[in-house]
Amino acid sequence: MPVPPFDFEVVFAMVPDLECRELTKRFGDNLAVGNVSFQVPPGSFFSILGPSGCGKTTIMRMIAGFLAPTSGDILIKGNTVLNVAPNKRPVNMVFQHLALFPMMNIADNIGYGLRRQGMPKAEIKRRVAEVLERIGLPDVAMRRVDELSGGQKQRIAIARCMVLEPDVLLLDEPLGALDLKLREHMKIELKALQADFDTTFVYITHDQSEALVMSDQIAVMNDGRFEQIGTARELYYRPESAFVAGFVGDANRWSGRVERLNGVEVELLSDSGMRIKGSGHGRNLAKGDPAVIYVRPEAIELARTKADLSNPDTMISGRVSSVLFNGADSRILVRADDGGVEIEVALPQTGDCSDMRQGDEVHLGWNANQGNCFQGGGD
Amino acid sequence: MKQTYRRLPLALSVAAVSMIGLTAGAGADTLRLLTWGGYAPENVVAMFESETGHTVEVTLSNNEEMIAKLRATGGSGFDLAQPSQDRIAGPQAEFGIYKPIDLSKIVASQFIPSMLAATKGNTTVGGEVYGLPHIWGTSGLVLDTVKAGMVHDYTDLCLPELTGKVSYRLKRPTLIGFAFAMGMDPFAAYGDETAYKAIMDKVEAKLIACKPVVKTYWSGGDELLGLLRSGEVTAAMAWDTGGWKLNAENPDITFVAPKSGALGWIDTFALPAKGKADAAAYDWINFVMRPEIAAMITESAGNFTASKGADEFASADLKARYQASFPPAAVDNIKWYPPVPAGLEAIEGGVLDRVKAAK
Amino acid sequence: MRTELRLGFFLLLTPLVLWLSLLIIIPHIDMFLVSLRERIGVGKYQLSLANYLTFLEEPLYLWTFLRTALMSIMATLITLVIAFPVSFYIAKMVKGRLQAVLFLLCLVPFWVSELVRTFGWMILLRETGVISNFLQWAGLVSGPVEMLYNDVAIMIGLVYTSMLFMVVPLVTTLESLDDAVIEAGYDLGGSGPSILREIIIPHAMPGIVSGSIVVFMLSLGNYLTPRILGGKDSLWFTELIYSQFIVRFNWELGAAFGFMLLILSSVIVWGMLRLTGQTLEKTMG
Repeated sequence: MPVPPFDFEVVFAMVPDLECRELTKRFGDNLAVGNVSFQVPPGSFFSILGPSGCGKTTIMRMIAGFLAPTSGDILIKGNTVLNVAPNKRPVNMVFQHLALFPMMNIADNIGYGLRRQGMPKAEIKRRVAEVLERIGLPDVAMRRVDELSGGQKQRIAIARCMVLEPDVLLLDEPLGALDLKLREHMKIELKALQADFDTTFVYITHDQSEALVMSDQIAVMNDGRFEQIGTARELYYRPESAFVAGFVGDANRWSGRVERLNGVEVELLSDSGMRIKGSGHGRNLAKGDPAVIYVRPEAIELARTKADLSNPDTMISGRVSSVLFNGADSRILVRADDGGVEIEVALPQTGDCSDMRQGDEVHLGWNANQGNCFQGGGD
Repeated sequence: MKQTYRRLPLALSVAAVSMIGLTAGAGADTLRLLTWGGYAPENVVAMFESETGHTVEVTLSNNEEMIAKLRATGGSGFDLAQPSQDRIAGPQAEFGIYKPIDLSKIVASQFIPSMLAATKGNTTVGGEVYGLPHIWGTSGLVLDTVKAGMVHDYTDLCLPELTGKVSYRLKRPTLIGFAFAMGMDPFAAYGDETAYKAIMDKVEAKLIACKPVVKTYWSGGDELLGLLRSGEVTAAMAWDTGGWKLNAENPDITFVAPKSGALGWIDTFALPAKGKADAAAYDWINFVMRPEIAAMITESAGNFTASKGADEFASADLKARYQASFPPAAVDNIKWYPPVPAGLEAIEGGVLDRVKAAK
Repeated sequence: MRTELRLGFFLLLTPLVLWLSLLIIIPHIDMFLVSLRERIGVGKYQLSLANYLTFLEEPLYLWTFLRTALMSIMATLITLVIAFPVSFYIAKMVKGRLQAVLFLLCLVPFWVSELVRTFGWMILLRETGVISNFLQWAGLVSGPVEMLYNDVAIMIGLVYTSMLFMVVPLVTTLESLDDAVIEAGYDLGGSGPSILREIIIPHAMPGIVSGSIVVFMLSLGNYLTPRILGGKDSLWFTELIYSQFIVRFNWELGAAFGFMLLILSSVIVWGMLRLTGQTLEKTMG
């Protein structure tokens, strides 16, 4: 897959903090990372999002230096680091389970890297105090690691790296072990820390909401390759591949064959016999091709009578098969009268649809440009 | 006042054992035999069991361990033991681990009279007899006569040309043997601790001077046979049977009676103080002293017994080896161990420790 | 409910109490009483400290103890130095089946008795043994070489016998060290030796200490290996105890020796713990 050109306005005349060129890693016959190229401009928050096993951790370990790439190059501030050992790279990593040193207190944990640089003791002490102040934990220096809460440990792990002033900070799903509430909170805090330290963060995760909330740029990765690089908004509204459309955010999916083409507008005859309209957004589609259309639940218009719909391109009638109440994020599942899969529709908590019950008759519709149509997907 | 301390766990275990003993019936008994390797061959045990109905449990040991075991249990756990005759009177006086032998229950005519009389004499404590002779033999030199032909006595084991080729035990027979070879008579000094100590001091000096020549102090018979067989050791102080055994494999190696005289020992029958199958023990003694049975034991142990007439049944090979090692003069020259008075072991122990520690 | 709990508590406690009292405390009290007797004549004893004085006054006994303790400490250190990389390899470098196989290989020598293991070394080290023959065959030496019956042979035997008891606690503690912690050390600029010193060894300390205590005590209390491999110069403290008990019939002195061994070895272990800043609770916890 051709890698889309990066946003040149941003990087113009600026050396990226991190650049990977056609990075490839094979384990035996197994391709873990295939031909991945990207650039991370200074001071940005870059995420690699993908399901587990997609190769994102392999990329991270290659950048950190724990794995050597099979081919390709890694540059930090424009210089290749392939021959630089992990302990000499200007890159630091926050590990999935943080990997704080349990045998040392907090101050020694944070001071570890500075001690290794041979910095005088007094200077180390000053720097450690400074960074603890900065992360809002000025009093924990003498505590043991297991005396801190999950969120505090998180901040210590970041401080332990940041005190070394790395060019790039790698974060390997560091929020994975936290409970939901703390995770929500830490998302915001991480973003704030990144802004505060003004350091380039490369963040890997399988949790799309973490990536969408925090990142300036997100690379979606699948099966060892980058599917798309873009902002959260681009990925969400203009996915460039079926995988991205399916993986980022929720979407209803219909597969079938292209029945009619009208400019960018596509009409699909689904496998269950429905006629569904979507947009090719410039993708190469021909009549008779197998294709899939993705439609976001919140892009679907919902009404109790057909007449209440605003005359969208695609209209489907059916009955509510279940109501999934979740406050502002409530959904209903609709079984269409002419069969096919259940359709997930966002349920606004205002208006006359808010009291929708199971079994109620409903009418759905959307315009062609809300449906994203991709070639293939016969799976 | 025998023993001031009656130890609690020992008393408990003794009590437990005697309770189990009460439940066992009379008539056919289990004979728990504490003896040396080869003294109770399987064929003899099987014959005994089928003839008398008793069953025999054999535990193999050596002099020191026999005494230690019986001392630990106050003389229980075994019904018949076979310590050497010189090691009965002392421990009996000190620890009271044996009971007197009822001479009316043995067939005295089966014993060689001179040996029976000597053993009875040596094992009498307080007018009671505690031991009967069973098997006798000697210790002396086992040599590779080609490579170590110059060795004629124990002291020759210190010849520098034998450096790294010599082995002996660090045990009391070595001390006694060296004392005789150095022209002294330790047995005569048994009754006089000061004189004995003076002899032992000289032996100690000799053994320390000898140490660089020694390859190792052997501790097990098989270990020594291995060393001789492989040729790593060419001259050793050992039992006669070991030499004869090797002689059968390699004619160069044999047992040689040292010039100052081989040391003669007699292993006995003794009844542990708290043995519970005395009848079976007497049955065993009378059974194994029969000439034809005694010959079977000689075949297995390699040594001759105190059974009268058993020589006729012994194999010609063994007799030939015996005669080669013991010309008539050498037989007369055998130094038989007299009973060891209590207390000498402490003197010897100090000597052995210091020899071991010497560099 | 409460009484049930009590009953369960006592039921669980009983085997421990029985084990401790019957097999450890009572025999030791008995041994202690024996060590306080002095023989003053045939079958006559009196209460005295003579046996302990004998131990302290006879340089041979003190020297033997000292030698035994120093050799045991050395054996412990050598075992640690050899076992540490082995354990690290088993715990961290290999995974799955191979790990189990390697671990099992460490265990194999313990399927045979100590005597057989020691004889195995005799076969290798003796003058007509495997190594001597190999060296002659390879032309490295002109005549047979005797490698048995010296302190080096004792050391080899002790280290070999102790290996497993060091490897097991080390593998266990090293396995509990998250790989990411080691990687974090590298990532933050640590070099191999500094990570070993600051991260791996501090983490493995409980295993090192408990393994060392076990190996030290095993070496100190070993009887067969020094006696068989050491030959004429073996001189091990347990041999003295054995010979007092079995050969000299001097249980009184033997018991005193046994108690001195118990006391002195406890002092040494305590001293080592203090020296390395460890406590027994930390090691066992």
